[in-house]
Amino acid sequence: MSDPILRLEGVCTNIAQYHILQGVELEVPRGQVTMLLGRNGVGKTTTLRTVIGHWRAHKGRVMFDGEDITAKPTPAIARSGVGFVPEDMGIFSDLTVEENMVLAAASGPIDSARLDWVFSAFPPLKTFWSSEAGNLSGGQKQMLSIARAMIEERKLYLIDEPTKGLAPAIVSTMARALKELKAQGASILLVEQNFAVARALGDTANVMDDGRVIWSGAMAKLAGDAELQERLMGLSLEAH
Amino acid sequence: MTAAPKHAPKMAELSLAQRLGPWMPVLLVPALVVLGALAIPETSSWLTLTVSGLAMGMMIFIMASGLTLVFGLMDVINFGHGAFVSVGAFVGVTVLLMLGQMTGAPSLGLNLVALMLAVLGAMAATGAMGWAFEKVIVMPVYGHHLKQILVTMGGLIVVEQLIIVLWGPEEIYIARPESLKGAITFAGAALEKYRLVAVVVGLVVFAAMRFVLRRTRIGLIVRAGVQNGEMVQALGYRLRRVFVGVFIAGSALAGLGGVMWGLYQEVITAHMGNQAMILIFIVVIIGGLGSVEGCFIGALLVGLLQNYVAFLEPKAALISNIALMVAILMWRPMGMIPVVKAK
Repeated sequence: MSDPILRLEGVCTNIAQYHILQGVELEVPRGQVTMLLGRNGVGKTTTLRTVIGHWRAHKGRVMFDGEDITAKPTPAIARSGVGFVPEDMGIFSDLTVEENMVLAAASGPIDSARLDWVFSAFPPLKTFWSSEAGNLSGGQKQMLSIARAMIEERKLYLIDEPTKGLAPAIVSTMARALKELKAQGASILLVEQNFAVARALGDTANVMDDGRVIWSGAMAKLAGDAELQERLMGLSLEAH
Repeated sequence: MTAAPKHAPKMAELSLAQRLGPWMPVLLVPALVVLGALAIPETSSWLTLTVSGLAMGMMIFIMASGLTLVFGLMDVINFGHGAFVSVGAFVGVTVLLMLGQMTGAPSLGLNLVALMLAVLGAMAATGAMGWAFEKVIVMPVYGHHLKQILVTMGGLIVVEQLIIVLWGPEEIYIARPESLKGAITFAGAALEKYRLVAVVVGLVVFAAMRFVLRRTRIGLIVRAGVQNGEMVQALGYRLRRVFVGVFIAGSALAGLGGVMWGLYQEVITAHMGNQAMILIFIVVIIGGLGSVEGCFIGALLVGLLQNYVAFLEPKAALISNIALMVAILMWRPMGMIPVVKAK
């Protein structure tokens, strides 16, 4: 097996006086979708924010593509090939859809073939290309948020709850888009509360509790073991 | 590749009121001009006051535009912004005094060259000062509003005292360049040449700022950074550099405003920037923090209202701008053109 694209080694992150991450050990294999699962408040979002550099790990190491990025500033981490879709989507509401996308293509003009591919995944973005992003619906904003990450090829995508609060039809659209991304060989670290989506997309899974990864393994194994799910997360995937 | 999902979104039909909503602040300026025409009986007086109000508004805009971006982009409350206005005025006037032969010559070309050199000198000095101010005074207090108020206020006092050390404590009376003295008559109204120049300079600065903010990538980064700096960084942009650039540009614009304001009043003092800060803050607040367009409209409203009210009811002029701020904040608590913050 090749080196993982991302490896967290004993990462601890504090936010003010709170010890949120308490020694996270995590690997994201290349070309796979790695799910980060767990109940609310166990540190999933903080893990992604620590990788992108919004929060600083005060202990441990974040290794990306063989390089220690623990102390690197966020822009440098992003430029080294990490795309980030935050939980709150991070849309620039006063900018148009086009301007959001132009900004996301940080290395230069938007590649038209890539844009066509993004449009095929998210047609409403073409319809509302010149509209202010703040006027989009919640689902369309989420599409834009993911499209911004997709508009350039990244080595790793960090995606935080892309289906949160969305209608089932939009969830399907999201899942299809992420499958396409996966089919292109992208490496994705995905936080997802929708277990149907997690099961459909995930190759490997990491379950967090209390600021640590308490279980790692194949997503298929977790999905097929109700007792394991109950033990790790206090619920069953079958309920979703 | 997967077929496009079935989804046929369309825009909702907006009512006339909804469509006019975003333009309401813009319409306030012509509405105020029309109200002024109705309230002031003589057309010539109204025209003179309108040009004067627009000129004053343009100069306030030039001084305030940098502050609103610094507010919006960096979340910094910079009470020291007035220092750049004062320093700009003193440096600019010093250059003009050194170029006395050019300013005194009855040649528009020579006068404008002298004015341009004064403006460039002032902007270079205040831009450099802005860079140092950001590094030494502002950077250590990012994220701490109370500390920002205290240290930037302290910085303002220090700069004012340095001006007194360098140029002396007395007011300096200045004469405008020869070709910019006096007025032209139009429709029976006397329009001061200098005020017309100020209107043109203000429009050029506004157009340039809009071009940069709307048509360039750096402008896109600034506008996005005002809304959500964290996300801009996650897209790979070094916002810190943009911060510094905006601070320097804002300081240089304040310096330009200082030269213009000094020549408008024909007298400069070390405290002129501090005094202008009241109007500058009103404009920044009613415009919407971080909004250049809001700042522009707010500055025109302040300039026009002050001139109309001072003519109609001089005593009320003292409170007219505060009253305007109260009225606008009751109408739009986030300012006329609020910037949506992702916080």
